[in-house]
Amino acid sequence: MPRIPVVENIMQANQVLAAELRQRLDAAGVVGLNLMASPGAGKTSFIIGTVNRLQHKARMGYVDGDIETTLDAERIAELGLPVVQINTGGSCHLDANMLGPALNELPLDELDLMLVENVGNLICPANFELGTHLNVLIASVPEGDDKPYKYPPMYRGVDVLILNKIDLLPYIPFKVDYFLRGVEILNPQLTTFQVSALHGDGMDEWANWLAAQLL
Amino acid sequence: MHELALTENLLEITLKHATAAGAKKVKQLNIVIGQLSSVVDESVQFYWDFVAKDTIAEEAELHFERIPATFRCHNCRAEFSLNGQPDFLCPHCQSVQVEVIGGNEFRLDSIDIE
Ligand SMILES: [Zn+2]
Repeated sequence: MPRIPVVENIMQANQVLAAELRQRLDAAGVVGLNLMASPGAGKTSFIIGTVNRLQHKARMGYVDGDIETTLDAERIAELGLPVVQINTGGSCHLDANMLGPALNELPLDELDLMLVENVGNLICPANFELGTHLNVLIASVPEGDDKPYKYPPMYRGVDVLILNKIDLLPYIPFKVDYFLRGVEILNPQLTTFQVSALHGDGMDEWANWLAAQLL
Repeated sequence: MHELALTENLLEITLKHATAAGAKKVKQLNIVIGQLSSVVDESVQFYWDFVAKDTIAEEAELHFERIPATFRCHNCRAEFSLNGQPDFLCPHCQSVQVEVIGGNEFRLDSIDIE
């Protein structure tokens, strides 16, 4: 029985497509941001806080990946930016193939920043590159400080970690040093911000950093 | 759930290589899965039976080589695997100066055909 060597990364088809999308964004001068988080991490509040702080510095577009609803997209559209909704129809993640058509719906040449809100789920989105320049993971204090140790895959392969809901630190046993140590071992290149999207703590630092990444 | 999409990719790659080699049947897939890849091999197997139906790979066995998450200690140079420890400290010298050196794999190494 002959054995045929393959040695192919199983995600290659998606990675090729993602590289094409990144070229489109580069050509239009748009920085793409892929925001991932578990449900309830405060993703939408975080996006609203980010948009409010960057509104006078950057022209932004928003892509909402959602299994069924358009609730988040409606809230963001109220802020006055172009919004595209991708309903994944049950799928637990966005992939490059889904994001491609969404790019056609955005006025890319008029934008500096594209915010993609991925489906609320931490396991699956991490496997699928979208072609975005920055992959952002939002963790939150109520989720617990042992998450990097229990679920190491989700902390690999992201560029930015936001620790949200730090206003709850006085009420929840959460050792920030312990959390960050695990994160740094898994992903030494990671840039980390500690914020409260609800109350605004740390949000200016994050927004200023993001503004500095724009082309 | 994302394993469905992954398994479809796996089938596509398999059929591409099998067809190019003029295979009548695919007998086995040799898959490498790292502990840090967030892929569950049981789920891949579950979806495989479903997506590979009515193809020349329908009866193929999935063979998974699991690669543990491996760390190297910068202090004492020891290498150690992730084994459910509640922190990533070096088990030999308790240093926090450790780095991940393996466990991200998710690839198809080879296929056995006839
Ligand atoms: Zn050591």
